[in-house]
Amino acid sequence: MEKIIEMQNIRKEFPGIVANDNVTLGLRKGEVHALLGENGAGKSTLMSILFGLYQPDAGQIVVRGEPVQIKNPTMANNLGIGMVHQHFKLVHNFTVTENIILGMEPMNGIAIDRKGAALKIKELSQQYGLDVDPYAKIEDISVGMQQRVEILKMLYRDAEILIFDEPTAVLTPQEIHELMKIMRSLLKEGKSIILITHKLKEIKEVADRCTVIRRGKVIGTVDVKDTTEAKMAEMMVGREVSFHVEKGESNPGEIALEVKDLVVMGTRGEEAVKSFSFQLRRGEILGIAGVDGNGQAQLVEALTGLRKVESGVISLAGKDIAGLNIKERFEAGLAHIPEDRQKRGLVLDYSIEENMILEIHQNEPFSRMGFLQFDEIRNYSERLIKEFDVRSGEGSIAKARALSGGNQQKAIVGREISHNPEVLIAVQPTRGLDVGSIEYIHKRLVEQRDAGRAVLLVSLELDEILDLSDRVVVINSGTKVGEVITSETDENEVGLMMAGIEKGA
Amino acid sequence: MKRVSTFKIRIPHQLQIALMAIAFGMLIAAVLIVITGNNPFSAYWFLFRGGLMSIKRIGNTLAGATTLILTGLSVAFAFRTGLFNIGAAGQMLFGGFVATALGLTLNLPKAILLPVMMLGAMLGGAFWGFIPGLLKAKFNVHEVVATIMMNFIALWIAYYGIQDTILKDPNQETQSARLPVEASLQVDWLRDITGNSFLNLGLIIAIIFVVIIAIIINKTVLGYQLKAAGYNRFAAEYAGMKVNRNIILSMAIAGALAGLAGFTFYAGFSNHVEIGKLPIQGFDGIAVALLGGSTPVGALFAALFFGILQTGKGFMQSMTGVPPEVGDLIIGFILYGAACQILFERILKYFKRGRNA
Repeated sequence: MEKIIEMQNIRKEFPGIVANDNVTLGLRKGEVHALLGENGAGKSTLMSILFGLYQPDAGQIVVRGEPVQIKNPTMANNLGIGMVHQHFKLVHNFTVTENIILGMEPMNGIAIDRKGAALKIKELSQQYGLDVDPYAKIEDISVGMQQRVEILKMLYRDAEILIFDEPTAVLTPQEIHELMKIMRSLLKEGKSIILITHKLKEIKEVADRCTVIRRGKVIGTVDVKDTTEAKMAEMMVGREVSFHVEKGESNPGEIALEVKDLVVMGTRGEEAVKSFSFQLRRGEILGIAGVDGNGQAQLVEALTGLRKVESGVISLAGKDIAGLNIKERFEAGLAHIPEDRQKRGLVLDYSIEENMILEIHQNEPFSRMGFLQFDEIRNYSERLIKEFDVRSGEGSIAKARALSGGNQQKAIVGREISHNPEVLIAVQPTRGLDVGSIEYIHKRLVEQRDAGRAVLLVSLELDEILDLSDRVVVINSGTKVGEVITSETDENEVGLMMAGIEKGA
Repeated sequence: MKRVSTFKIRIPHQLQIALMAIAFGMLIAAVLIVITGNNPFSAYWFLFRGGLMSIKRIGNTLAGATTLILTGLSVAFAFRTGLFNIGAAGQMLFGGFVATALGLTLNLPKAILLPVMMLGAMLGGAFWGFIPGLLKAKFNVHEVVATIMMNFIALWIAYYGIQDTILKDPNQETQSARLPVEASLQVDWLRDITGNSFLNLGLIIAIIFVVIIAIIINKTVLGYQLKAAGYNRFAAEYAGMKVNRNIILSMAIAGALAGLAGFTFYAGFSNHVEIGKLPIQGFDGIAVALLGGSTPVGALFAALFFGILQTGKGFMQSMTGVPPEVGDLIIGFILYGAACQILFERILKYFKRGRNA
């Protein structure tokens, strides 16, 4: 079959690391080609080379049979290569049309021809079944729609080859389903797609072939229909992986955390969390499921003390903590694995040992009379590093910045678990991690549950919620849509609830 | 197990960068010296001789560096906690003004008067740093704007506070009365061993505070918290540290250090306050902190280096005809060099890789 892109024997070195080692990738015309690999395996480097952001040290790129040198993204665009980034690059107070034509505005004399552009966008939108209103403002449309605007941006620029970078991370299951449909209609119109993802289920659903990269090397390219998810995962990680979280029946005890009629204001003064109530018992994992931006962040901030509680009660082991500050809540037994490990969870320019004592540096034995006790800190940190398998070149004194995402997260998880909290709030604990690290962190969370602690799991990954939680509370625009027992529900039901459709409605 | 503190790791690398910045500054200035028709080698020879050739000149170099050590320390301390203190000049002037007012009005023996003045200078400076800190913590007013405004407020308070009061020198239009011997940091024994230089007790104060601040930054809970807020405010907040309190505290400490600088300058170097003028050392403190990699010890050495340039530039002029402003130009280019840290880091990396290959 005709290959529209061939990346041949690509090699790219960064100081101290070979990011791509003799990588060969062929994209056939009209296929969805999945690029699968753990974090740091070299997927992004490879795609950055294709998009002209990096130059390869060796190897060549052949587009439509002609060897080319892609020196910058503009050249990539001219070759018909377009990319939908994981984080959308849209101007929020511009309309769909304005965003799409940005940078190549069609002129009508000295004025921008918005009308003509909108018409063309409308046609494209209909042709591919995207259903986008060219006059809508970005801030008024859903995340799923915004992604379609990104797709339209590429189509408007006549892209033939579309690269999707982790496109489903921000979507509901239903929106994911829609996206898959869109991809198929793109194929029908003769486009070719490279799909970067670590979700095996999606590869199975939409991709024709899959190239697996591990540590910069191609492990193999397989026909998706001839393989299984387990096989692909094994290729990716290099060993057998268990997908299912091994856990027994939960043994819920007394109420550890009770939230009653909680109201929290968002940054723009809107009610981000509306009269929210739930109970969390010892020995259980309660999942909070919802699409990104539906009030989870504000809920967590209100629980941990990072954001003011407007009204309502948060009681931790029977004591109302709604009026306490962050430190007092921590001392009352609340631990928090934050959503963004680099923004909140770690001081990246501090060493691991300095990060390990972030919340407890004022306590004995880590400080005495206002002076840090470095030996105690070192011993504590070494113990945690060992216990939680945090890998770094220099051990305790390595800067947090130098650790891989998985090891950063393990350090945070270890630190928080070691505080022996009453309630552990874990927000997106495995975001962006590879399968091996996910497996490890999940195991640790279940251990906490089995040890009789209460775990609140807030995640955007529905699979994670369903795998780990004993019960699930679904949130939509700040309101509790419903509560289900995990063993009595399925992805479809929770997915609908995430979209705001109440159970049984 | 031997402990390697992060502090010790920083220095060699920072030193390399600083030396490259200095080389860069001197190189560009050399080009300018050539353009003015002079020989850069002899210019630099006389510049450094001017700063170091006699015990008296060394004394003056140290006396000039004293104030810079403290303003540099002030800026560096704030910077380590994520704050940009542009207001060292105002804090220094206000602290110096308070010390001078105390020195001119109180009638106490030297051993009591000097500590009182020192405390007054620190409190005055601390107050001048506290206000921008408070504005930043409570209303998110950027400290750069607030400290610049505080500079002007200090300028005019000192102006009117001296202009029509008993503090003014009746025979001079633009300065306060001279401080009496009891209120001066200048002491006979230091003058005697340095051939009548301006060297005074301020240097000892400055060195003591370099040590104190280094200990605070590297060894204490307070330093740990302040640095955490400087590196990542969100993580500090997450960990339950009182970030706003720390901002205010950090600005107040930075202000106190600048106030001390004012004490060493107005009660040690000049012995009077010139009115209608912000002390340039307050702004030079930014350069000192930058060249010193924002570490206390780095600020000490950077201040000594700038002290040599300050003292030597007059000698350079008289011996070669190179205008003394070239000394300031060198400082300016060194600053550019220090600001181009990334560039030098790349150059360093390039050479390291070249050696390995």
